[in-house]
Amino acid sequence: MTFELFIFYFFAAIMVFAATGVITSRNPVHSAMFLVLTFFTCAAIWLLLEAEFLAITLVLVYVGAVMVLFLFVVMMLDVNVEPLREGFVKYLPVGLLVGVIMLVEMVFLITQKYFRADQYPIPERVGADELSNTETLGRLLYDNYLFQFEIAAIILLVAIVAAISLTMRRRPNTKYQAPAEQVGASKEGRLRVVQMPSEERS
Amino acid sequence: MITLSHYLALGAILFCLSVVGIFLNRKNVIILLMCIELMLLSVNINFVAFSHFLGDGAGQIFVFFILTVAAAEAAIGLAILVVLFRNRSTINVADLDALKG
Repeated sequence: MTFELFIFYFFAAIMVFAATGVITSRNPVHSAMFLVLTFFTCAAIWLLLEAEFLAITLVLVYVGAVMVLFLFVVMMLDVNVEPLREGFVKYLPVGLLVGVIMLVEMVFLITQKYFRADQYPIPERVGADELSNTETLGRLLYDNYLFQFEIAAIILLVAIVAAISLTMRRRPNTKYQAPAEQVGASKEGRLRVVQMPSEERS
Repeated sequence: MITLSHYLALGAILFCLSVVGIFLNRKNVIILLMCIELMLLSVNINFVAFSHFLGDGAGQIFVFFILTVAAAEAAIGLAILVVLFRNRSTINVADLDALKG
């Protein structure tokens, strides 16, 4: 067993353990933390696959942003976990059955001759003088996939608008600024010049 | 050496785990969302593995877009969850029967 294979099995074991933790934890906060561990080990496995840009994107975007959002929501909602756990044991056998059957089918397909090492030989390492992973992705993204990239940007914009408009609400007893009135204020509304006789100096 | 089958098997294991998770936690919307994220991750592993072994960067571009859409989906899903909890004070799927489905 080469050292590379050992690293792969090490990270794969951590990843499967963490994924199991996600689906079996009693506390949703623990689930979110296990999911963070899963994403992090997946980034390490993508590094083995020489996908450096996506690996660091996974850490920055998923661990840094999406999972913090998850944790934020889990901690903000004061959820009573116990009623949510009912049916866990009841559905364990059928869940395991479906999962194992799916796994056996998929592994059966994967181990066929189509995906063997002679069909997909291990590629050469990218040399130092060749384009790096980030440069390759950048060229592809901005040359061949520019339109799709812009659509992705619009999807993100729509997501922002949807998330904000869903969660924004006007509370009845809160005081708000009225910018229209602020801008429309005139001198006459605020200032009154009063004529009065001058006083004698005492 | 690590062959393509190793990565594909890892992706398959992860996918099956998330399917089992959806079966087990069918009352808790938050865990369901997490299982969907896990599923997308296992698909992404397959994309990156094929991209590496075929020497084609298009697979990684695809993963890039999947990450974008998954982030948008998580944001909107959690926003819906917050609104749901505000109105119904529960996230139990069994209690969400307003549509009589």
